[in-house]
Amino acid sequence: MPEHSPEHPGNQAPGSNYFPSGDFLESPNLATELTQIADVDAYNLEALHNLDPDQVPEDAVKKRLGWTFWIAAAWIFLIVALALLAPLLEKLGMPDPTQPVCTSRDCSLQPPLSGYGLMGTDKLRRDIFARVIWGARVSILVGVAAVIFGIFFGSIIGIIAGFFKGKVQTVLMGAMDVLLAFPALLLAMSIVTFLDDKSVKTIVLAIGIVAIPPVARLVRASTLVFAEREFVLAARTLGASNGRVITKEILPNAVLPIVSFGIIGVAVAIVAEGALAFLGLSIPPPDPTWGSMINEGRATLETAPWVTLMPCLVLFLTVLSLNLAGDRLREYFDIREGAL
Amino acid sequence: MSRKDLTGSAAGRDPNAPLLDVRDIKTHFRTERGTVRAVDGVSFTLQRGRTLGVVGESGSGKSVLSKSIMGLLPRRNVLREGQVLYEGLDVSVLDENQMRNIWGAEMSMVFQDPMTSLNPVMKIGKQIKESLYLHLNMSKDDAHDTAVALLSSVNIPEPEQRLEEYPHQLSGGMRQRVVIAIALACGPKLLFADEPTTALDVTVQAQILNLLQQQQHERHMAMILVTHDLGVVAGRTDDIAVMYAGRVVETAPTATLFTAMRHPYTEALMASIPKLTDPSHTRLEAIGGRPPDLINPPAGCKFAPRCKYAQDRCLQEDPPLMDAGEPGHSFRCFYPVGTDAGAQALANNAAAGRSASGVPVTLAASGSH
Repeated sequence: MPEHSPEHPGNQAPGSNYFPSGDFLESPNLATELTQIADVDAYNLEALHNLDPDQVPEDAVKKRLGWTFWIAAAWIFLIVALALLAPLLEKLGMPDPTQPVCTSRDCSLQPPLSGYGLMGTDKLRRDIFARVIWGARVSILVGVAAVIFGIFFGSIIGIIAGFFKGKVQTVLMGAMDVLLAFPALLLAMSIVTFLDDKSVKTIVLAIGIVAIPPVARLVRASTLVFAEREFVLAARTLGASNGRVITKEILPNAVLPIVSFGIIGVAVAIVAEGALAFLGLSIPPPDPTWGSMINEGRATLETAPWVTLMPCLVLFLTVLSLNLAGDRLREYFDIREGAL
Repeated sequence: MSRKDLTGSAAGRDPNAPLLDVRDIKTHFRTERGTVRAVDGVSFTLQRGRTLGVVGESGSGKSVLSKSIMGLLPRRNVLREGQVLYEGLDVSVLDENQMRNIWGAEMSMVFQDPMTSLNPVMKIGKQIKESLYLHLNMSKDDAHDTAVALLSSVNIPEPEQRLEEYPHQLSGGMRQRVVIAIALACGPKLLFADEPTTALDVTVQAQILNLLQQQQHERHMAMILVTHDLGVVAGRTDDIAVMYAGRVVETAPTATLFTAMRHPYTEALMASIPKLTDPSHTRLEAIGGRPPDLINPPAGCKFAPRCKYAQDRCLQEDPPLMDAGEPGHSFRCFYPVGTDAGAQALANNAAAGRSASGVPVTLAASGSH
């Protein structure tokens, strides 16, 4: 019998060796010895573990954000700082964005760096640099506020749908699908037209509503994943209520994808505001926004391209920076499952 | 009924009743393929401070059993029958809100994989304190002191510092200790340990098991230790229930089960434990075949298709739970191991070269019986 042991093991399970409870530890057999050896091994392993944090040099494993991130971050910082400081800059001599820089006709459509400001002047003799800075206030405000609006409502809808599933999910996600079925820009346009109020509040609301469905989908997906994880079950076995499980266990885990989506979402919202302004559905003139400036330059595109190009360039760089920084941050904070 | 009613008063509780009295519970999952009989009529009682080992291979329903008793399974597509009497109170009919007062405070659970049973984005300290705030209404300082005491009681060095760490900063064994500390935080009377050492190194396993045992003795807590490893339950349980295909096929006090097992499945499980006295390169005695399909279980004895003792009767008739004569020892088998009927059945099969279900049986294999 090659596959068989000399004695049949069935008869070999010896009662005395397997006596329950404390006796097991004292009984002088091999199993006990093994247990003791194992204990010593485990003790050593633990000692090793306790040493670890000081032994591993931190620099060796430190992840880096890379220079692209820092350039992108610097640009975002610059734009935000200029936008915030616009009133101060005006006191320091920056021209009024809604008034001509001079009364003579000569200073209309001057190219950049020609003595009429950093970015030249437009047809109405206004300083483009000042208009870009003041326009940044609108763009950034709308971008950030709309995304926060979208994340707030989108997260609530997504987490409720993902956690409770069933009919709640069918209704909520069905509503999201309906919203998604509208072309986003068309939806935003119709909201602005319907409310007939071209204020920042309306623009934020219009773009914010458009931002809800993608956030809701993202959050629902994360919730579905985390709600099945064992630590959620563990929390429930300790008597945690649904609200507690959602806010303490699932939400903190879902925050990371939300934040990285949010940064890229700001870029999309800025472009959306630009599109609305281009169509004349944003802050009414003479107050500048990037989109309306691009629109105003269209007529003189052949003779004075900078009127359109300057806000375009700033918009392009800002959106690019937000995308780069957002992507890099997501990678940086992305913790692989194995590391958990 | 408000939440306070249940926690504060001992409504429906009987202090003289056994801590846990499980009566014929069944848990069936409705799936597209059919009804899965994951737990199919399990009964046992557990007294305060005692340990019950639940042993069985993968898919025998042992994990579902512990979740059924705790009422942790989803309500949808799950059929639950039978009673779970906790101190005389039937907890199987309580809804989730009512159970919430019992979970954590009265019964809690240690999970299999400490890698996934801790929240990766919450500090250890906060995870321990959560239930202290919830069930014991502790103040911040009290909770902190209790958390430190809990961590040191589960042999975690430098507990103060560990409170401020995240799960990924700890090793697997350390994490399982944290999980145990969390489960013990509110002083439950009943602890479910669902394969608590399966995900750990062999060296750490013994430590964790010793720790569980020690905590159990100190707190006079009852424990249900679910495992697929008979070696794990051998020295640490008072009683063992062997599960197969959603049922208890044999239950006995631990010493009795190891010396005077009656069910062929128990015997086969014992045979598959490697022995230190075996010469090197001895082939392990495996149980041929696979656990039965729980949607269409075989008629008759569920183990018959893999059993060396199987006779024609086993293929047609389902053996009931029979008393082995000793207190607390019962089994489901017509031809039990160690009896004349069993020996005769094995001899018949050996003579025929195969059991009634087609399992090859050789003379040598039956010789030592």
